[in-house]
Amino acid sequence: MTRTAPSGSMRHNPDAGPRMDFTPKPAAAPLRKMVLSQAAMEFRLIIRNGEQVALTLIVPLLLLVFFNLPMLYSLSDRRIDFVVPSILALGIMSSAFTGLAIGTGFERKYLVLKRLGATALPRAALVGGKTLAILLLEVVQATLICALGFALGWHPHGNPLLAVLLLVLGTLAFGGLGMLVAGTLRAEVVLAVANLVWLVLMFCGGIALPLSRFPDGVADVLRLLPSAALSEGLHRILQDGSRPGWGVLITLVIWSVGGLAAAARFFRWE
Amino acid sequence: MDAAVEIADLVKTYGARTAISGISLRVEPGEILALLGPNGAGKTTTIEICEGFRTADSGSVRILGLDPIADATALRPRVGVMLQDGVGGYNAAKAGELLGLFASYAAYPQDCAALLDAVGLGDAAEVPVKRLSGGQRQRLSLALALVGRPELVFLDEPTAGMDPHARRSAWELLESMRADGVTIVLTTHYLDEAERLADSVVVMDGGRIAARGTLAELTSAGAEGQVRFKAPPGLALRGLTDALPLGSAAIEESSGRYLVSGVVDPQLLAALTAWCAGQGVFAEGLAVERRSLEDVFLALTAGSAARS
Repeated sequence: MTRTAPSGSMRHNPDAGPRMDFTPKPAAAPLRKMVLSQAAMEFRLIIRNGEQVALTLIVPLLLLVFFNLPMLYSLSDRRIDFVVPSILALGIMSSAFTGLAIGTGFERKYLVLKRLGATALPRAALVGGKTLAILLLEVVQATLICALGFALGWHPHGNPLLAVLLLVLGTLAFGGLGMLVAGTLRAEVVLAVANLVWLVLMFCGGIALPLSRFPDGVADVLRLLPSAALSEGLHRILQDGSRPGWGVLITLVIWSVGGLAAAARFFRWE
Repeated sequence: MDAAVEIADLVKTYGARTAISGISLRVEPGEILALLGPNGAGKTTTIEICEGFRTADSGSVRILGLDPIADATALRPRVGVMLQDGVGGYNAAKAGELLGLFASYAAYPQDCAALLDAVGLGDAAEVPVKRLSGGQRQRLSLALALVGRPELVFLDEPTAGMDPHARRSAWELLESMRADGVTIVLTTHYLDEAERLADSVVVMDGGRIAARGTLAELTSAGAEGQVRFKAPPGLALRGLTDALPLGSAAIEESSGRYLVSGVVDPQLLAALTAWCAGQGVFAEGLAVERRSLEDVFLALTAGSAARS
């Protein structure tokens, strides 16, 4: 076989346009800039994903209307005042747990995380970007839920800042668990687990049904679930106008610390 | 000056399987090094250890004088990476968006629009990554590796799945990068790619280095040259053999097709053409042939091909 001569004429390809300058000039961007552009990208991807939008925005709104119908079980005459805090808790679970877990699980599967690991983006900036994107999503979500709630006659009580604090704590608790699931299981399993946990916690975790409807012994155990603590805290503030209670706060803090520590320890990037 | 990449006695095993058994190699700043070898030769493992994705069992790896894992924070902005098989980016993002994201990680990124044009994706900026063809993904992946103005790039099969036109554009791009001082380490199955681009070639086989050197060294080592030509059949070759330098031989391979072998140098060619002139013979299609890289590669890796 003859050796083919290198073709010099290819360098003057008229399609190529002006020649680029590849002279090395490597340096990482400032951390703040990386976190913000990462957050913007993550948020756009969530909003563009039909399933994520359904899970985090549409389903909670539909369930808000649905649970407000006096069909399943009877509640106090101010039914909407029970339902809106429940749906706010559900929304946190949708965004920070199920949505985050599924999104991140598939990013792992499709080697997005591996590829990002070879860029100047530090892992802390990646996690920071994801957190900001989820928080932004929750702002949109809570705004829509509250707006629909008001339209249905919701009368919130209590200190709204306390409610926001509780929502942030809930985000940390569910976010850590979401990352733990996403970083340790296969993407298909993450999909199943994240949806199943969402469904189970909605009905048995103090969101759709008040825990008072369960037998006492069972309710005492269920009260320790993060969904129950978040939901109970929100009901105490927004429905009763009181404080969330130390039990609720301690439960959420323990889930947050435990979940985030376990995620940091066991998360596998590839 | 530090080597861009310096690997010494690198060993990596996966369970009972030895992926890399004690290789050493050095890549000089500003050169293009091509890692060649059959599947399973250890090329990707070697590259991924250099990229900090895997740890070596033993041996040392220095990238730009630094440790790929301990010094990852300092290295990552300086090193561009193209993974094998696809982009490894957000599938739902648009091509231009993803490049913009990677550009935002760098303090002095390339102009994204110009870079997309340079890799031939100027019209695909608004196309989601998942709708790009395989070749387009490869080109985007190349752009992602370059956008931060790295001084060293690791490209794992950079032109796999590209059509011939796109491959040539990619080669031109890599040649411009070398001209601007970027060091390039690439793996490839395409021998013409290595022949066209590489300053030095390392042939891996079964986790070892089977051969290394410049292209000229590899293709001339131990290789006698050949000259072929066409002429009327039945020439009396004894006279030709006498006229040629010692150690040369001439045969008529088939009717009217002649093969001269020996050390092909100007003296041999002069003797051959003078003899033809003396015989009143016009030697048609006279062609000097050397071993191609493919010949070398096939000879070196024949063992592993036989095993698989």
